Amino acid sequence: MSDHDWNPADEQEEFTSNLPNPGGLAGALLPVAGFGVSLRNFFRPTVTEQYPSVPANIQPRYHGRHQLNRYPDGLEKCIGCELCAWACPADAIYVEADSNTPDHQMSPGERYGRVYQINYLRCIFCGLCIEACPTRALTMTNEIELAGPTREGLIYEKKDLLAPMEPGMLAAPHPMVEGTKDTHYYKGDVLGATESQKAWVRAHRPDDETLPEHAAAGTEQA
Amino acid sequence: MTATADNKPVTTDLVTVTIDGIETQVEKGTLIIRAAEQVGIEIPRFCDHPALKPAGACRQCLVDVASPGPDGNLRAFPKPQASCTMPVTEGMVVNTQHTSEEADRAQKGVLELLLINHPLDCPICDKGGECPLQNQAMAHGRPESRFVDVKRVFEKPLPLSTEILLDRERCVLCQRCTRFSKEIAGDAFIDLQNRGAMQQIGTFNEDVLNFDGYGPVGIAAEDEGGKAFSSYYSGNTIQICPVGALTSAAYRFRSRPFDLVSSPGISEHDSSGSAIRTDHRRGQILRRLADSDPVVNEDWITDKDRFGFAWQNQADRLTRPLVRKDGELVEASWPEALAAAAEGLKAAAGKTGTPADKKAKGVGVLPGGRVTMEDAYAYGKFARAVLGTHDVDARTRVQSEEEHAFLGTAVAGKGIGVTFAELEKAPAVLLVGFEPEDEGGVVFLRMRKSLGKQQVFTIAPMLTRGAEKLNATLIPAVPGHEAAALSALKGAKEAFKALKEPGAIVVVGERLAGVEGGFTAAVDLAKRAKAKLAWIPRRAGERGAVEAGALPGLLPGGRDAASTAARDAVAAVWGVELPHGKGRDADAIVAAAAAKSLDGLVIGGVDAADVSEDLLKAIATAKFTVSLEVRRSAVAEAADVVFPVAPPSEKSGTFVNWEGRLRSFATAIRTDAMSDHRVLDLIAREMGAEIGTGTIEAVNTEIAALGAATDAERPEAPAVEAPKAEKVKDGEFVLASWHQLVDEGSLQDGEPYLAGTARVAVARVSPATAKKAGLSGVVTISGVRRGSVDLPLAVTEGMADGVVWVPTKSPGSWVAQQLGVAPGATVVVKGASA
Repeated sequence: MSDHDWNPADEQEEFTSNLPNPGGLAGALLPVAGFGVSLRNFFRPTVTEQYPSVPANIQPRYHGRHQLNRYPDGLEKCIGCELCAWACPADAIYVEADSNTPDHQMSPGERYGRVYQINYLRCIFCGLCIEACPTRALTMTNEIELAGPTREGLIYEKKDLLAPMEPGMLAAPHPMVEGTKDTHYYKGDVLGATESQKAWVRAHRPDDETLPEHAAAGTEQA
Repeated sequence: MTATADNKPVTTDLVTVTIDGIETQVEKGTLIIRAAEQVGIEIPRFCDHPALKPAGACRQCLVDVASPGPDGNLRAFPKPQASCTMPVTEGMVVNTQHTSEEADRAQKGVLELLLINHPLDCPICDKGGECPLQNQAMAHGRPESRFVDVKRVFEKPLPLSTEILLDRERCVLCQRCTRFSKEIAGDAFIDLQNRGAMQQIGTFNEDVLNFDGYGPVGIAAEDEGGKAFSSYYSGNTIQICPVGALTSAAYRFRSRPFDLVSSPGISEHDSSGSAIRTDHRRGQILRRLADSDPVVNEDWITDKDRFGFAWQNQADRLTRPLVRKDGELVEASWPEALAAAAEGLKAAAGKTGTPADKKAKGVGVLPGGRVTMEDAYAYGKFARAVLGTHDVDARTRVQSEEEHAFLGTAVAGKGIGVTFAELEKAPAVLLVGFEPEDEGGVVFLRMRKSLGKQQVFTIAPMLTRGAEKLNATLIPAVPGHEAAALSALKGAKEAFKALKEPGAIVVVGERLAGVEGGFTAAVDLAKRAKAKLAWIPRRAGERGAVEAGALPGLLPGGRDAASTAARDAVAAVWGVELPHGKGRDADAIVAAAAAKSLDGLVIGGVDAADVSEDLLKAIATAKFTVSLEVRRSAVAEAADVVFPVAPPSEKSGTFVNWEGRLRSFATAIRTDAMSDHRVLDLIAREMGAEIGTGTIEAVNTEIAALGAATDAERPEAPAVEAPKAEKVKDGEFVLASWHQLVDEGSLQDGEPYLAGTARVAVARVSPATAKKAGLSGVVTISGVRRGSVDLPLAVTEGMADGVVWVPTKSPGSWVAQQLGVAPGATVVVKGASA
């Protein structure tokens, strides 16, 4: 209990500005001087972005959603080495690797990433994973719309992260270009899917959408 | 003070050496690299390994050395010296990379040369992240490579067996693997080939093929002798490889060191109690490694210890209790399952308090030989204190009354007897009923360490390759008649003379239980020769079960269940009256259940194929069976109530190894799976009894309170007359059999790469017997009942005549289940009709 009752009048003090008062006309207009700023900006171009009704203006090197790239023949660049997971300061990346086999060749060489997850609730978009990636498999896109209603939805799986198939690419798994080693892929000697790779895919997955015949059919229908 | 220091006797074995300005005294003959370790200076190395002989192969450990010359003045060696091959001498001055620019420069130069042909494939290499070469290149290497030419390339990987893969590009030619295979395991299979820049670790000539039945099931490279490479210890080469040249097929590309949580543990695969490290990721075991334990397994484990862990996480793993309702096993809650188990066991044991109790015939308990000491104790106490019976036996294998008496007098409660170190130092070892390589695991490696210094004799039907590697002398014996061979060892016999040397050891295996008079003769021989006696069983839980009293006539600590004093001593701690009378052993329990003389069974980790009696038929006949299982095995499938229990990696406990050493281990992976002792505690409570085995601590406190038996409480020593040695009749074959280390045991399920290194199943007979019976190609062996096995014949020199050997549980040869007979029985062998 306090000694006396609280009285609002005790709290009220008269306002006095700390700014020096130049006096005269300027002094008299001082209380409304701030409107000048507003008035001046009525006649300047607007900088407000009309996002989301107008697409956001994103700089080319902005750190957006990740992407797992492919070689020109469609094989995945990711080798499941986990260096990105190792580099990640937020522990947002989870990778499990596996062996490539002749029947299931996902990437050039012996190893591929079987499980690849990025948790966008954890990711801080620092890009250290991109620096760590030895095959340039992991890069960042300009996509910034990474929000969602569920936790699970924000853990992106490998299928969500893989780059779209470009013309000339053939969906993995399929064998490496005949006569090449993984080094040829790294050096950029492989320029697209070869006939024998296409033949292999035809033999194993005749309905594969990335086969040229199906791709052509798809465009005709469209 | 100085006066006393001056008076101190000078130990001639010590030499004074100065390393990086630190003066220290080390034992004479110590290598510089070890002396440096003792004063806390690390010299980089690849080829050096404390358990292997020095090689000086990698040259990474170069240091500046100066030692006093004849005139006493310090004289420096003209060039840096390899510290892993040079022993210290009195007054030596060593400057490592820390104090000598020359040594540092030399080491950096060596590292640069090693990296010239090393591929830059660290991102896909399994060693990446825990690689000594990677670490040293980071710490001491040049940031940029000066090498611009094309690197040497090899085909990769080269499978040496289904389990071991060799990547020759990554090899730095340190020869740790080849030295291990030659010096430690005795299975030389890879060696240096070519010279200069093209030098590589390679396999032996593939053109020389000589099949003798020791080849593995899967593909494999050839060993030194041109035979297919087959080793039980090859996994160790992966662990000691300082680069990623040797990798395991099972762990290939599975994870990175930073993903793994490492927990120390004890292997559940054999009675050696090898220290292991379990590496797991997100609750899943990915690999196991050998932990260094100088008194037990040193730095090595068997491939079974290393690779056999997949069994516990197969699809048929039990997670919830099952209760049989309307003939079907359905998942049930714990309270429901406990109530069902308690009700059924009460009725079977006659503990319901109703007139029906008089008709109850009792319950038999089979814990199996794979559980921990605490679990075995709980099974024993549950049987005696709750079910009121002595019908409990952990020996689900060949067993005998005589063995029981032997275990009670010579093993149980005796503490640490013969040790690994004593076995290594023994001047002579006699093996009977025991194959060190197949049944002993690291016991074989310890004995092989003394190759040339130790005389090994083996009473067996034949000299196996494992025994050959120990340079053992065969004392041929027909299975079942080993006792006669033991008794015949006396007087001027070479083996007897050798055994009379102080420190000699007689090693008996669990198979001696199948030999009438075997244990009596072994004890007698040990007494006559004043040799020590060691019992080495196969399974990890055997010794623990003996100690904990999970045997029909043995109470904890080696007390005889027939002795009133022993019963009173245990009753005083347990607070319950112990049943009188005699218990049945495992075979008798199964037979009794099958003959409706037992109403119920409580079965732990027992594989139906372990026992030659038909366990599944017994379960079907018995009114009520409770199974405590990790997986939905055939036994669990047939039981009425099934409780899931934790596999060794998910529980803590103690295995007692064959030495009698307590090998406690903590939980590696925390799950809500409970160990057997806790489940039994819950069932007992539900039945209205308190056995106090809820926690490991409670069980161990009680075991400690009971202590070991006094001599008065022990059973009597075995005294069984051996049968007269009879000649094997013409046309008859005596069955010899034992488990191969890698076979189709239930703890090796789900590991195809390991299974590929198992030896092919063959039937072995002597050349004379094969000729006499006209056997060749594939033979059919049939027992007295049930089925038969068809195996390719391997004619084996020096084998006892009239004997046929087959592996106990290898692919296509499940002796207990298919033949239904034990070794020593007579079988029929015929050429297979195609």
